[in-house]
Amino acid sequence: MALPAFDYYRAHSVDEALALAAEHPEAVWLAGGHSLIPLLNVRLAYPGALIDIGPIVELTGIRPTPDGGWSIGALTTHAMLAANVEVPPVLAQAAAQIGDPQVRNRGTLGGNVAHADPAADYPPVLLALEAAFTLRGPTGQRNVTAANFFQGLFTTALQEGELLTEVRLAAPPSGSTSAYAKLAHPASGYALVGAAAVLVVEQGRCTQARVAVGGATPTAVRAPRVEAALIGQTLNEANLAAAAATVEADLGDELLNDHQASAAYRRRMATVYVKRALTQAATDRT
Amino acid sequence: MQVKLTVNEKPVVADVEPRTRLVDLLRDQLNLTGTHIGCDTSQCGACTVHLDGAAVKACTILAVQADGATVTTIEGLANQEGLHPMQQAFWDHHGLQCGYCTPGMIMAAIKLVEDEPQPNATTIRHGLKGNLCRCTGYQSIVRAVQAGATAMAEGG
Repeated sequence: MALPAFDYYRAHSVDEALALAAEHPEAVWLAGGHSLIPLLNVRLAYPGALIDIGPIVELTGIRPTPDGGWSIGALTTHAMLAANVEVPPVLAQAAAQIGDPQVRNRGTLGGNVAHADPAADYPPVLLALEAAFTLRGPTGQRNVTAANFFQGLFTTALQEGELLTEVRLAAPPSGSTSAYAKLAHPASGYALVGAAAVLVVEQGRCTQARVAVGGATPTAVRAPRVEAALIGQTLNEANLAAAAATVEADLGDELLNDHQASAAYRRRMATVYVKRALTQAATDRT
Repeated sequence: MQVKLTVNEKPVVADVEPRTRLVDLLRDQLNLTGTHIGCDTSQCGACTVHLDGAAVKACTILAVQADGATVTTIEGLANQEGLHPMQQAFWDHHGLQCGYCTPGMIMAAIKLVEDEPQPNATTIRHGLKGNLCRCTGYQSIVRAVQAGATAMAEGG
């Protein structure tokens, strides 16, 4: 089926992109296109125009920052992140589990998070890493935390005419370990449940824990009960299982409930996959 | 709008609508109908081609996004000496039944082997995750890719 017709503009710099957006308020951003073009293919979206940011060279790449963290350009592909051995393992592991090789060659970090699919892999990972998002808009630049960026089902903090340019990660504290565990839908590969764990282990005990779950709720959520249950504990099997079980309460009452999986199943699987992520992180540490 | 690409080592200039996908350009304007359209939802992989050296799904890329790029399709694999070793391996090991998924399978398999020169059956199955076959049950495809990998390593 032919795609719906739209106008097309190409930006070679962020400034040019923002100017085009101001001129064409009906336009949406086109990055790798692997969230948008499938929507156009099945005519679920009818944008009046696309602004292709693909040619903006400076938006691609994973750059170490002076403070020991990373600045990851919005156009960095899943394949680039999956192959990177410097960034926290939780991020590379999640990237490696998105879609399939062809999708990972084209799909981008920025496009994925701006789309804010509830079943996407990055949102829980970026919540657990406490990532910061740089947004450039007509009135300048602002920084938004992951927790404030993801606002709901397909809804983010991005305002009209604003462009996500990079995702920033802070330097991991010494003793950090992390992992991502996912229950993928067997056909689509999207997460029915995706669990991200970022832990700091000092002298055998967990001193910091940041855990988040995607796929189960309209937008990914942190799991404060799980995190609290881990602090001060040794990371043995019993302690990890007990902490993981508390995720059911962290998910709240608004679980996704559809033809793919019931709310009860997602809730149950959240415990299983949080435990797997914690176990993987604890194992990689030792 | 006008796009310029290199397709199977030949320069191409084409006029396309913004909504024209790369797969539509290849099939409808360049008559390269070996690249198939299976699902239109980025899942089946029948439209897999190489874009600037990477395996991609041509139903999920606009032709305007490929402006300036180098594209290889299934038609660009064989040369005067014969089939590409991966094509020959699919023939020899019967890595197909109806053949609909085969161009995409072969294009994906070549990149898989370039990244992982000696793939085992598990690596091949993971590497071909983005390519669906409704006939073979994949056994013969996995065998073909293993044989193709060996042939590619031998410089075939």
